[in-house]
Order: sequence, then structure tokens, then C-alpha cells
Amino acid sequence: MTSVEIAGVGLHPFGRFDGVSVTDMGVTAVKAALAEAAIPRGGFQAAFCGTAYAGVAAGHKVLGALALTGMPIVNVEAGCASGGAALQLAMGAIQAGQYESVLVFGMEKMPKGIIRSTFFEPWREQAGLAVTPAYFALRAQRLMRESGITKNDLADLVVKNRRHGVNNPDAMFRKEVSAQEVLNSRLVCDPLHLFMLCSPNEGAAAVVLRRAPADGSARVTLASAVLRSHLPGSVLGEATPLSGIDDSFIPPPSTLAAKAAFEEAGVGPDDLDIVECQDTDAARELLAWEELGLCASGDQARILADGDAAIGGRRPVNVSGGLLSKGEPLGASALGQVVELVRQLRGEAGIRQVAGARVGLAHTVGRGANACVTIIKA
Amino acid sequence: MHTPVHEGLFTVDPPALLGALCGECEHHCFPRLAHCPYCGCENVDPVTLSDHGTLWGWTEVTTAPPGYEGVVPFGFGIVELPEGLRIVTRLTSPTATYEYGMAMRLQIVDLGDGVVTWEFTPETERGV
Repeated sequence: MTSVEIAGVGLHPFGRFDGVSVTDMGVTAVKAALAEAAIPRGGFQAAFCGTAYAGVAAGHKVLGALALTGMPIVNVEAGCASGGAALQLAMGAIQAGQYESVLVFGMEKMPKGIIRSTFFEPWREQAGLAVTPAYFALRAQRLMRESGITKNDLADLVVKNRRHGVNNPDAMFRKEVSAQEVLNSRLVCDPLHLFMLCSPNEGAAAVVLRRAPADGSARVTLASAVLRSHLPGSVLGEATPLSGIDDSFIPPPSTLAAKAAFEEAGVGPDDLDIVECQDTDAARELLAWEELGLCASGDQARILADGDAAIGGRRPVNVSGGLLSKGEPLGASALGQVVELVRQLRGEAGIRQVAGARVGLAHTVGRGANACVTIIKA
Repeated sequence: MHTPVHEGLFTVDPPALLGALCGECEHHCFPRLAHCPYCGCENVDPVTLSDHGTLWGWTEVTTAPPGYEGVVPFGFGIVELPEGLRIVTRLTSPTATYEYGMAMRLQIVDLGDGVVTWEFTPETERGV
């Protein structure tokens, strides 16, 4: 199989940027990634752009602003996994021999507050059955019931990610919080308090992929980029149906994606040095640990207490600060994780560097349902 | 005059959810669909679902979400029907004393201006 190199990455910081358009943010990230990859004008043969809210031909606007059009530009929507979906398409095209170099980017400018989605028919909003954080809360409650996690564990998870975010200049929240502050923040939907929920925000990320040179000189390679959708059944899955059935034996999309990604990359959970995973709310990250096979159900509290998932621990998770620190610009969040892993695997992550990181995994899951899992190797 | 928030989901008198039963995989579903959401077959028969079940999940929505003009706070959760179907539903607020597995019963609730939808409420509140 053709090896695919990640030749360059670029980021527009995640946060709130009044007066900066979503196109402007895309331009910043794309320029940075192309410069890093030393790709000349006309040096990539296709572009895939992940976005959910930026509107028609969003990717075309970014590349048009840079006079870089002419090649196929495909805008990809897969909810929170949009960037991962774009990455999977680009990787497959290179492996198939269709292109040699492909630009992948994603960006978003989200309104403040609870995410409004055209996914829901208007009557569902009117009836109060389209409240995203309420779904998160029910999932958190179930995880607490079935995996023995407590509200204090949820708070500790937030403390971990916010502590990591202090060292990320591209994050929106860079102030440490205590467990007590988390528990004292406004109750949004019990058991979730405001600080346990990520903030939808703005940002962009870009990645340049190319067929890896035959001489083995690639520093970082994309070992797998897998997108999966849900199977029917789970009432609390990100597909947010109006009803569901016993889902004990129905694997969630994150598990489907993780299994395929591990197989394709030829590694397992124990081989991972660093993980970036979906922490749209504190419980979502703890559930992702199970779904990705990083731990057994019920082991999360011990892992948190031992510091295994914190920087300096056995396998740090979300050293970027996660979405809880960075905020969540949907189309950019999966690629933002990839940017973090590439910097870590190159040893360029500065004060948040995970020593000796060689294999990393990135994961997002959301509306659709869509889940993507990406494995990157140094 | 009661106007259902959406047609084809429920009846008002008596309060009942309108579902379907798949003749192939034998799963119930809600709402009623032309194809079974679990196996995709067209062999689905309309059924009226049980008007009671047990509480499987609950929370309280404390601020009005986008597109919602009714009262806050309101209860939100999942009730499991005897058919094995887990229904996403509004719940009578407050939910502070709710417990996993408690008996719940379907009722109709006014969202304002005569627009109605379904919700579940604890059996005990009605003295049943």
C-alpha cells in the first residue's frame, strides 16, 4: 500500500475573532500548511474542505482568495467528523494513485451558545426535543450508572484538559480550573455543569498530504484515516433518533472506526503514545476511552486518579487541552487534532511536548452520526 | 383546540404514541416509518404503543434552546416501554426526585397557544 506523508500542517487559532471571516481563517491555515510543505503554486492536484456551517462552496472561497483554484475542490460535511472525512477522501485518493499531493482543510465560525442544527426538523426544536447538551447529559448519566463514574470524575477530567490547555497558545481557554470551580459553574443539564461542556467557536486547520518519498525520508506518515457512521439502535448515539432499542451488542461508530483504523495502521491501543479525542463534554471523553479500546469500562476513575491520561502520564490524552480548552469549530476540530499530533510527533510541541511520541491517535464523533479515527506515525 | 406539534406521532385522546412493528425483525419503532429502521424491510404494521414504561434517563433543560418558545425549565429523558422501545421524551418538571426504573405514564402537554406534544410523568403523581 502507498505510504502517505503529512508534509505540512497549519492552524488558525481556535477562539472568537470578531471581524475575521471564516474564509480569512481558512486562508491563514492553508497558507501555513502549504508553506510548511514547501508546495509551490499548482503543486497539489485536489483539495478537500471539511465544514458544516460555512455554507455553499466554502472551500472554493478560501482557495479563490489565494488564486489557487482550477483543481477539484470538494466540500465535505460529516458533522464533528467533517475534517476526518475530508482526510479519509484525500488519503484514499493518494493511495489509489489518483493524486500525488492533496490539500485538506477545515474551518468554522459558530454562533455562541447551544448549537442549532438543520439536522433537526423545526417541530423537534419547538417540542424541546433537539437540545444537544441535554442529550450529552443523558449520555453522561448513563456512563455514570454503567461505568461507576462520579460527578467528581467528570470535574477531574475538565481539570486535566484545562491544565493542558494552559500550555497551548492556540486554545481559547488558557486558565486552569479547580474541580470545585467546575462543580460550582452553572448547572446546564444535570449532571453537566457549564465548565464540563465545550464551547462552539471559530478556527481553521489545514494539512498537506502527499505520496511518501520512496527513500523513506517522510518524518510523519498518515497510517490510517477512517470514517464510519452509526448502526441503528442506540437511543443516545450521536444519530439522536427519537427512539432506540437495547444497544448492548451494537458497536458505536467510534468503535467501528477505531477497529478499522488500528487494523489498517497495524497497531493496537497499547502502541499509542498520545491521543487526542472528542471531549465535547467531560463524559464524552471518558466514554471515548472505552469506545476506542483505550480502557475497560469502569477503569476511567482509576486512570484519572493515577494521572495516566495527563501529560507526563503513561498515555496522555488531549495534551492540546482538548475541545474543553480549545473550543469546537466543527469543520476544523478533527484536523486541529491532526495538527497537534504532527507537531508532537515531530518533537515541535514546545512546553507541552510528550517525550518520545511516535504513534498518535485522533478521534472525533458527532452529528450524523459520524466518527473518524486517524492514526499518525513518526 | 389542540394542534399536535407534528402530525402522525401521537393521539391526544386517549394519549398514545403511534409506532410500528416490523414483521421481519420484530422490532418496534417510533415514529411510524415506511421502512423498518433496523432491517430496512417494508413489512411494517402500524401499532399503538404502550402508554406506560420505566424511566431510563432524565435531565432538566434550564435555558431555552434555539427554536424553543415554551416554558423552562423542562424535563427531558428516555422512557423504556414494555415493548423494549426506548422513547425520547419530555418529562414533567421538576425531575429532582426521579429515579432510574420508576414507573412513568404518557400524557399530553400544552407547549403554548394550543400546540401540544407528548410527555411522560411519574405514575405516583396521578395516584395510580
